[in-house]
Amino acid sequence: MDSFFFRFRNALVLIVVVLLQVFALAVQVQRPVEGTVPGGTPDGKKITLLRRWTVALVTPIERLTHGSSLHTRSVWDNYIDLRHTRQQNQQLKQEVTQLREEEAAFAEDAAQGRRLQAILGFQQQYIARTVAAQVIGTSGTDRSHVLYLDKGLADGLRPNQPVITPYGIVGKLRDVFPHTSQLLLINDSSSGAGVLLESTRIRGILRGTSAGEIQINNLTPDQRIKPGEPVVTSGGDQVFPRGLPVGTIQSIVPDPQHQPYTAITIKPAANLSQLEEVLVITGTSPTLPAQAQADAAQAEATAEENKRAAEVLAEKLPNINDQTTNSSNTAPNNDGKPIDTTGQNLIGGLPGVPNSGLPKVQPAVHPDRYTPGATPPAADLQPGAPEKSNTSQTTDSPKSDTR
Amino acid sequence: MPEHSYTSRAELDQYAFRPIVTVLAPLLCILLQAMLPKTWARFNYVDLPLIATIFFAVARRNPITGTITGTLIGLLQDGLTNHPFGVYGIAKGVIGYIAASIGFAVDVDNMVNRVLLNFGFSLVQSGMLYLISRRLLADPSVHLQPVHELICAVVNAIVAIPVFLLLDRFKLRE
Repeated sequence: MDSFFFRFRNALVLIVVVLLQVFALAVQVQRPVEGTVPGGTPDGKKITLLRRWTVALVTPIERLTHGSSLHTRSVWDNYIDLRHTRQQNQQLKQEVTQLREEEAAFAEDAAQGRRLQAILGFQQQYIARTVAAQVIGTSGTDRSHVLYLDKGLADGLRPNQPVITPYGIVGKLRDVFPHTSQLLLINDSSSGAGVLLESTRIRGILRGTSAGEIQINNLTPDQRIKPGEPVVTSGGDQVFPRGLPVGTIQSIVPDPQHQPYTAITIKPAANLSQLEEVLVITGTSPTLPAQAQADAAQAEATAEENKRAAEVLAEKLPNINDQTTNSSNTAPNNDGKPIDTTGQNLIGGLPGVPNSGLPKVQPAVHPDRYTPGATPPAADLQPGAPEKSNTSQTTDSPKSDTR
Repeated sequence: MPEHSYTSRAELDQYAFRPIVTVLAPLLCILLQAMLPKTWARFNYVDLPLIATIFFAVARRNPITGTITGTLIGLLQDGLTNHPFGVYGIAKGVIGYIAASIGFAVDVDNMVNRVLLNFGFSLVQSGMLYLISRRLLADPSVHLQPVHELICAVVNAIVAIPVFLLLDRFKLRE
């Protein structure tokens, strides 16, 4: 008997080690809750302890390396690599001005939306508190789309809290340790989120795939769903607040494994493979946060002020023409309404921005020779010269001209 | 002039390593594997812990040590994922055993053999991970991606050359 064990000791050791691990797997794998995939939920207590030991072994070195590289990079970025900073600053200032104009324009709609929601008793969730965290490591395999963050329980993080970037959602916290946390990305095969197609308002469930893509595969073919349509969170999963950007539809193909459903692949709004800093949503509230309320009030006041200024101008100068209809910078959009591409004539006036408070002149439904802008300037007119036909007028209403 | 064959004593020599190398080398591989994909996402094609498992197994030529080393490296890798403990542990334990057993029959100091070993074991690991996830864990979301696995195997075989040469420096003849 001894000789048997001695002779086959190598194989026996292998069998014992493998069997022990198979048994450990059987103990760890919990019966999945309906609609969830194993791996997406936080571990049990005993497993968390094992994982905590592993993480405690690896993350301090990751944190140290990350900290030193961050320090080096900050020295480079803040003191050495300052080329084009003034230009970027100027661009950012212009962008802020434009965003303020847009904010003022949307303020009234937003306020109206909130009033209607309050009347109808809708439960709205606003992001109230966030914690900024840095990515210090990965799982190291392409089968597990997991990242490690430098914040944990001590910073107020808890399992299942949603994680976002300014561009869109990236995932949720899975296991949270005292000073580190495990972020499960939305492209992991155990991830899921409730989503809404922005224009068609169709609801779906988003899942990660083993290839690291994100797909909606619970929708049947629909002619209205087109590539390029934005996808936002629906709020139905009780993890991500409603209305956060997820991405855009990249492709729609029949799902061969789940007929008659389609596999709608989403291009994530956030770059999931190059994440450095993320925001963990630690609190939501049914009302707007104080800062957001102040911003909204300011935007509403600006919008109101612009509106009044526009009315005063319209009263004093009834024949005012902001030349948006005949300007080369104006192009009609899908609805036939003009779009100002210069950004100079948008509603929502600001000091120093020319024409920003002027009202837009509605385009004529049936333009004729009396339409503002159709008549050539007086300097170009010659006494006794034959009248020039307006080409745009002919193009717009050929039948009326021929009659 | 003495002739070396596959059964010569020189080729059957077992190597040993200092304890610090035995501990730190696999740990460094796991650390690099966890940190490098953060800045370079394509690094996920490489599996440094697998290369370390193969190296230590074929150098020591002891199946029991190979199994235990592979299992420990695999379990550490499992700890950083969202998978249950044992997925990589089983796969790398089996690879450690086979690599150590092959070490008796093949000249593992030959560069071509090293490349072939790493290429082959990378594919074996992919197959085992698929079977464990799909059959043992009954995870329907896992699919075999042959092209991806082939690319990973080729990349691992290439990366293994300098890693093996580097680790060769720490070998101690028993």
